[in-house]
Amino acid sequence: MANKAYQRTYTHLSAITKATVSLDATHVANDELASVDGRLAQVVKTRGGNVTLQVFSGTEGIPTDAEVSFLGAPPSLKVGEQLSGRFFNAYGAPIDGGPEVEGEEREIGGPSVNPYKRRQPSELIPTGIAGIDLNNTLVSGQKIPFFADPDQPYNKVMADVALRADVDKIILGGMGLSNDDYLFFRQQFEAAGALDRIVCFINTTENPPVERLLIPDMALTAAEYFAVDKNEKVLVLLTDMTLYADALSIVSNRMDQIPSKDSMPGSLYSDLAKIYEKAVQLPSGGSITIIAVTTLNDGDITHAIPDNTGYITEGQLFLRADSDSGCVIVDPFRSLSRLKQLVQGKKTREDHSQVMNAGVRLYADAQNAKTKLENGFDLSDYDLRCLDYAKEYAKRLLSIDVNIRIDEMLDTAWELFGKYFSPAETGIKQALVDKYWKGK
Amino acid sequence: MATTGKVTGIVSNLVTVQVDGPVAENELCYVYLGDTPLLAEVIKVSGNNASVQVFESTRGLQGGDKVEFLGRMLEVTLGPGLLSGTYDGLENNLATMEGVFLKRGEYTAPLDKKKKWDFKPLAAAGDKVVAASWLGEVKEGWLPHKIMVPFSFKGEYTVGSIAPEGSYTIEETIAILIDEEGTQVPVTMTQKWPAKIAIKAYREKPRPQKIMETGVRVIDSFNPIAEGGTGFIPGPFGCGKTVLQHAIAKQGEADVIVMAACGERANEVVEIFTEFPELVDPHTGRKLMERTTIICNTSNMPVAAREASVYTAMTICEYYRAMGLRCLLLADSTSRWAQALREMSNRMEELPGADAFPVDLSAIISNFYARAGMVILNNGERGSVTFIGTVSPAGGNLKEPVTESTKKAARCFYALEQNRADQKRYPAVNPIDSYSKYLEYPEICEWLNARIEEGWVDNVLKAKNYVRRGREMADQINILGDDGVPVSYHEAYWKSELIDFAFLQQDAFDSIDALCPMERQKYMLDLLLQICDKEFHFDDYEKCRSFFKELINTLRQMNYSEWESEDFCKYQGEIKKRLSENGK
Repeated sequence: MANKAYQRTYTHLSAITKATVSLDATHVANDELASVDGRLAQVVKTRGGNVTLQVFSGTEGIPTDAEVSFLGAPPSLKVGEQLSGRFFNAYGAPIDGGPEVEGEEREIGGPSVNPYKRRQPSELIPTGIAGIDLNNTLVSGQKIPFFADPDQPYNKVMADVALRADVDKIILGGMGLSNDDYLFFRQQFEAAGALDRIVCFINTTENPPVERLLIPDMALTAAEYFAVDKNEKVLVLLTDMTLYADALSIVSNRMDQIPSKDSMPGSLYSDLAKIYEKAVQLPSGGSITIIAVTTLNDGDITHAIPDNTGYITEGQLFLRADSDSGCVIVDPFRSLSRLKQLVQGKKTREDHSQVMNAGVRLYADAQNAKTKLENGFDLSDYDLRCLDYAKEYAKRLLSIDVNIRIDEMLDTAWELFGKYFSPAETGIKQALVDKYWKGK
Repeated sequence: MATTGKVTGIVSNLVTVQVDGPVAENELCYVYLGDTPLLAEVIKVSGNNASVQVFESTRGLQGGDKVEFLGRMLEVTLGPGLLSGTYDGLENNLATMEGVFLKRGEYTAPLDKKKKWDFKPLAAAGDKVVAASWLGEVKEGWLPHKIMVPFSFKGEYTVGSIAPEGSYTIEETIAILIDEEGTQVPVTMTQKWPAKIAIKAYREKPRPQKIMETGVRVIDSFNPIAEGGTGFIPGPFGCGKTVLQHAIAKQGEADVIVMAACGERANEVVEIFTEFPELVDPHTGRKLMERTTIICNTSNMPVAAREASVYTAMTICEYYRAMGLRCLLLADSTSRWAQALREMSNRMEELPGADAFPVDLSAIISNFYARAGMVILNNGERGSVTFIGTVSPAGGNLKEPVTESTKKAARCFYALEQNRADQKRYPAVNPIDSYSKYLEYPEICEWLNARIEEGWVDNVLKAKNYVRRGREMADQINILGDDGVPVSYHEAYWKSELIDFAFLQQDAFDSIDALCPMERQKYMLDLLLQICDKEFHFDDYEKCRSFFKELINTLRQMNYSEWESEDFCKYQGEIKKRLSENGK
């Protein structure tokens, strides 16, 4: 700090709320960081000579004569190859006992990619999970959340996906992660020997909630470094975005903003879009793919958080427990990957999209048969075959425990079709039936 | 001297400025972040404090920073070269920007100032002209792009001189006009117009008189949109809003298409850049991109410019309308624009209306929709702007302020339904809830009956009624069970399914089915009504089901076959045969 003389220190707060403090100060820049009684804070509002600061770790115990000094810059992260294999807190400080990272300091929450300079995503990301690869294929540069109730094993699925995906870097942004889950991720990454390609930014439930607001921007600044500067394929995992949105609502509430639906701030859509839209396929070959988790309340996707998310992301992966097969499955009806047609049949086998559609359609017929059964109507032979098919389909393909290659998924589907149905009942194009049909 | 000011308050992109002179509502200003000018717009004035919304991130801005007012509103630069361009909400050319990331304060010119256009005069010295009179013409792609007297000119002018046929850049003078006081005014090929003000340089705006074909059956036949009409598509996420809108953009019977991607996914815009240059306009055989302009303010671009993006897009449409062309404006999604208004109103601490939206939301939306329309120009030619907006209702609930306000303003309503989307019945337009007010216009009905066939409108209403009846029957069957109702109930239900599967559903990804010309729609609807009007005899509901299922399958194959091809005729024959075997 060459111009230390310019460091401005104040010692009189004019107002304190649970998340913010206000004081009279001059020459304060919007978004600038400050230290309030030793805690990190950021300028969120200037009115006349009065400045409001959002104190990330909360204002408990801050006195009105607390020392406030402005740091002259917005939040930033030092980027460099040394980020690999490291664990950081929301401020980008190491929490793994390692040394500080040396590198170029970059502002977080930087500018957007010019949409004209983007490329259309076209590379498949295989995960081994058929509920994803077969029915909702992921593409690099895509942004997609898991929609799951809190009791679903979404963190495990996400760790599996990350470790199986063929990417250069995995960046984990953990928001409100329980300490157990944090240790789980750590142990999984270590066990897989993948630590050298992982960067983690962690805010656990033990940390103050408002700090979470920094996590996605930190993770994505690191991601942009690897994708833009190093032309790498980067996968960013964000869990749990619902807790991020909750933190947004806390801050907007403290700032007396009028809430919109579900007491979320009116800017929720833009706030979430700013994060998710960082997913990109760059012309240079680098890419950022975002897989997030949005926890639901009892499967309710009309709540403002999943609803706004659904309008922003390119589909969603819906996890649910399936009582027929006893597995947790990727729900084929409510899940969707909007980019799947960019790779299906192009980067995968020609029969991919027809097999996918037939599989889901027959599974839907099984659900109708189930409803009939529950309502006490008689079942036809076709209905019974559908029910048997559904059980095996759920277990062998929809379950999140599956880990096979896409060709094997397709072969398994053909095997099930052959076992339970006639070619006409599947409605698949004749040319493909001639080539791939198994059995009768 | 221009008014200046200094920053006194900052909340996100709302900045309060203390001014030293007069300012106008909606006047633009530059807020200086060091040497970088950030464009902003005045949205409220109180005493000598102006509230301005900055079209960029305000990070780093400080109290006391310098502000310079520009003495003009947000203007759209108009001239040849707009087509096939890609602009941001403020009409900066995205293609000529440097670097992968958008830089704050980087503003690029919308039109190429060096390109030469082949100009042909249409007016001669001595002609009396007014605003929007055609002075000359250049070829923009294949479109005759009229060079007009600037819209801002008031009163009558005499053409003093006009440039002879030849190549000119947009900044060269192509005519000298003489106003009523004898002052000479030079005119170039380009002009500017404030985005938020409607261009009214036309003689009259009559009621729409004909239909704009889109090739989408559920629109053209069931709920047609008029040329110069307005419509909107509300729907939850994942219901196919974007696919439907892209289908309309690809196939719409229009000379100029402007797509305003307002607060939506960047990858959807990338899809347009990537695909449209390859696709061919079915009406002219030219590349689709040649008639398309994209205004994009994706969801991660500055929120304040979202509002500007829809106005910029509308102004460009009005400009081409004044040339006697048919323009189609598609805005995806107007909800994001409404949300931008809400964010700003919230920061200004205005008293909120429903769901925290500003209370004048409804008025703003109606005013915007009112800018569409078919007009008769001063020279008697016709031009039109057809506007279709999408709405993204929170939680898929249509009882929310943006949907309700839009419903009051738009004449066509295409309700996308989650249930239909779940069943993969695309386009997921609900056939019962959706409507087109244009079917109530006597002049439109007359036009349709003359253009398609006598009694067409009655046929459409009849088909709608079959669908409605079928739905009622389906409810009964669900309650009472397959065996609990007479077979005639099943027959009525399956007749509605027939219309649904063979007519309402359409495969937007199939090269043939995606675009269904009016003649083919007429043939199919007539055929389906012929079937529905028949009385059948089935022993039980199973027989009824399988009969109709097979019929549906054949009809769908027909939709996939080329019009009047060998396959098509083969399926035609099959249907005739099936019908003669049952029914009278």
